Amino acid sequence: MISRRDILKAAGVGAIATGIPGIAFAKANTDARFVLVILRGAADGLALAAPYGDGNYRKVRGELALPSPARDGGLLQLDDMFGLHPSLPGIFAEYEKEQALVCHAIASPYRERSHFDGQDVLENGAAGVGLLRDGWLNRALAPLGGTLGNEAAIAMAQNTPLVLRGNNSVTSWAPSQLPEADDSTLRRLQDLYAEDEFFATRLAQALKSQEIADGEAAMGQMRSRGNDAEQLRTMMQATARFLTADDGPRIAVLEAGGWDTHANQGTTSGALANRLTGLDGGLTTLRNELGRTWSNTVVAVVTEFGRTVAVNGTRGTDHGTASAAILVGGAVNGGRVIADWPGLAKSDLLQDRDLRPTADVRSLFKGVLAEHLSLSGSFLDSTVFPDSAAARPMRDLVRT
Amino acid sequence: MKFHPAIAANRFGLGARPGDLQKIEKGPAAWLLDQLQGPARQPSELSGLPGAADVLVEVQDLRRERRAMREAADDEPAPDIVKKYGRTVRSHYIEQSHARYRLAASTDYPFHERLVHFWTNHFAVSADKQPIPAIAGLYENEAIRPNITGNFADLLIACERHPAMILYLDNQRSVGPTSTLGRRANRAQRERTVGLNENLAREILELHTLGVDGGYTQHDVTTFAKVITGWSIGGAGENGRFAEGDPGKFEFRDTIHEPGTHTVLGKRYAQKGIAQGEAVLRDLAMHPSTARFLATKLAAHFVADEAPRDLVDELTATYLESGGELAPMYESLITADAAWVAPFGKYKSPHDFVISTFRAFEHVPDNARFVVAALDLMGQAPFRPGSPAGWPDSSDYWGGADALYKRIEWSNTVSRVVGSRVNPVELGDGILGATFNPETRKAISRAESNVQGMTLLLASPDFQRR
Repeated sequence: MISRRDILKAAGVGAIATGIPGIAFAKANTDARFVLVILRGAADGLALAAPYGDGNYRKVRGELALPSPARDGGLLQLDDMFGLHPSLPGIFAEYEKEQALVCHAIASPYRERSHFDGQDVLENGAAGVGLLRDGWLNRALAPLGGTLGNEAAIAMAQNTPLVLRGNNSVTSWAPSQLPEADDSTLRRLQDLYAEDEFFATRLAQALKSQEIADGEAAMGQMRSRGNDAEQLRTMMQATARFLTADDGPRIAVLEAGGWDTHANQGTTSGALANRLTGLDGGLTTLRNELGRTWSNTVVAVVTEFGRTVAVNGTRGTDHGTASAAILVGGAVNGGRVIADWPGLAKSDLLQDRDLRPTADVRSLFKGVLAEHLSLSGSFLDSTVFPDSAAARPMRDLVRT
Repeated sequence: MKFHPAIAANRFGLGARPGDLQKIEKGPAAWLLDQLQGPARQPSELSGLPGAADVLVEVQDLRRERRAMREAADDEPAPDIVKKYGRTVRSHYIEQSHARYRLAASTDYPFHERLVHFWTNHFAVSADKQPIPAIAGLYENEAIRPNITGNFADLLIACERHPAMILYLDNQRSVGPTSTLGRRANRAQRERTVGLNENLAREILELHTLGVDGGYTQHDVTTFAKVITGWSIGGAGENGRFAEGDPGKFEFRDTIHEPGTHTVLGKRYAQKGIAQGEAVLRDLAMHPSTARFLATKLAAHFVADEAPRDLVDELTATYLESGGELAPMYESLITADAAWVAPFGKYKSPHDFVISTFRAFEHVPDNARFVVAALDLMGQAPFRPGSPAGWPDSSDYWGGADALYKRIEWSNTVSRVVGSRVNPVELGDGILGATFNPETRKAISRAESNVQGMTLLLASPDFQRR
């Protein structure tokens, strides 16, 4: 039986470097792992981490206000001001170990309320919609090495999200239930694709991912079935396999949908609480499956924008502006909430309706990329996040 | 050569069947134009399907039954009623998906059918929200299919009135704050206010008409949301409040409609009732931003991910000159030089790929679960784009490495099932004609078996693009 690796070698693809050589950096932490989790649909930051200590909180949130930390089953107390949603016990445990932090009143530079444009800006890393056609995390890959077949980053999906699209080669993987094509057919396809770069590149990447997946008996059992929470757990399990494989990727991107809670959002139980339980379970799975690698990992959980402060007419919330982001992982310098809190009084709100952003999500990303992946400040400002000089990188996000 | 039969069949149609190219050769443009009005009679694949109203009544009854049991038992609902609801919804979803892909695999009007799918994706609802999977295919047949060659305003209104769209974007929940019921509810309940839900209004402006840069503001979204309060569904609502109207059908409810004159995009609308919303929609349909947005999407779907600027200009002008008629816009597209440029510029979506494979094999799928599972695996489950924006229409999105690998696996699987009785070289000649790359042809001719040759054909760049 010929292994996938042999097929790759036969085609010589393992040797084609795709990173830009010559950008050297002194103390690159090549063991560092970074996982980006995108919550699509605009997750409610005021439910993720509720500002129970704000005197206006209960009034403005009305029936969606979460019970205070003093109450049984209430918020998980982060500090005197903020409490984590009670459906996030796994993240809270990491917070108590000072390996998780919450960044609040944070937003991308986007100030309208379209999901699709909001996600575009979150992922393209530019100052506005459509200004860049590739993703910031793809641009960040240039100095990180990685070769065709040994990409530095993987999209845990059939289709690559914008944040990872671009000139630097990335791979992708999702579970399958179909029988594999035999090696002879794959080899012929490699020949057939040789003249067509679009197909040749993708097949080489897929074969490498298959090689890692095949190496683990359990992956063969993975099914794309099950509810969203189970699927996220499966994907996290697979993510851990890729991030711990020899020559495997160091960066992974996952997506989770269903955060657009226009109606019947719920409080300690209900639609949003179920989503959060799924997220928490997924992150706990990732931590457990990564084992020792967890200590060198940063996971960033972000969303395109937040939701209205007030409850709408259908016990939900509409599209807003600032939300909350979470960093969790053994490498996170956590146990704190980073927030320049704007307040919830009517006069404090953006356009009388939204939590006012006081932090730029690019500052968070820049801080992580600089401290965790050792990318230089000038590279971040010129290439990864152009026109972001005003968004200074956050400091001391990562343990040194 | 302009008007190439392989381009007509594969780019504009749903993929050639063996023998199709010879038929088309006589006049590829005429072959397309003749399809515009669609079949004279309803295709048999669709004739057995129920109406969306009946299905909605059925699933709402099951929901109520489930809720009643939950309240009575003060416990989790009994498992069999939960299962019954899920089974019922799932069986409707499978039945409608089956009909859609059987029709696509066998239709003699593939250009017409492609346009149906295009507009369903433009006016997207998604089966990941209940009860949409039970009615998404019916929505396509009731709101989209009869209206794709008429005036865009009629298509627009038909979609926004359909219960699938209203439920998907929550408009039945949106209550005018100073409407009769809004006032009463807000007086009675101190804790909770009822009010507007902006969801449908926003998506109409952003996704169905003007486009996100089309020149509207948050204020327009809010006032337009007021205009369409009352666009609802007949029969008992979730809490039994709304009992009037035909169950499961569109119902305008004056009691929750926000009264008064409203200004949208700088124009005052003083109409009463549903006429007010229809007037706004008719004006939106004729807005230049809408014309350009639709022209760009159409050109990007048929020609290239980056829609050629000249073609977009031409389609925009045709649309506006004809007063928003869709057929002249399609004719402009068909006769434009840019639309007939080879080689193929579009990477097929999984939906395109699966349908064109069935057509190449002249295979009408008889196992709906297999089709749904295949599309799901390749990232495009039927009627489930996951967002009101619909599926993206570019190789940036569909071109993931894993996605290609899944296509190869699936090619291999179907080739084993149906491919062994066909000669893959002859099939390639038959369906790709002059667009069949000689190198691909040679590679297939050297395959070690029919099945392998067929896998190579289906996974080849020649077949994966259109």
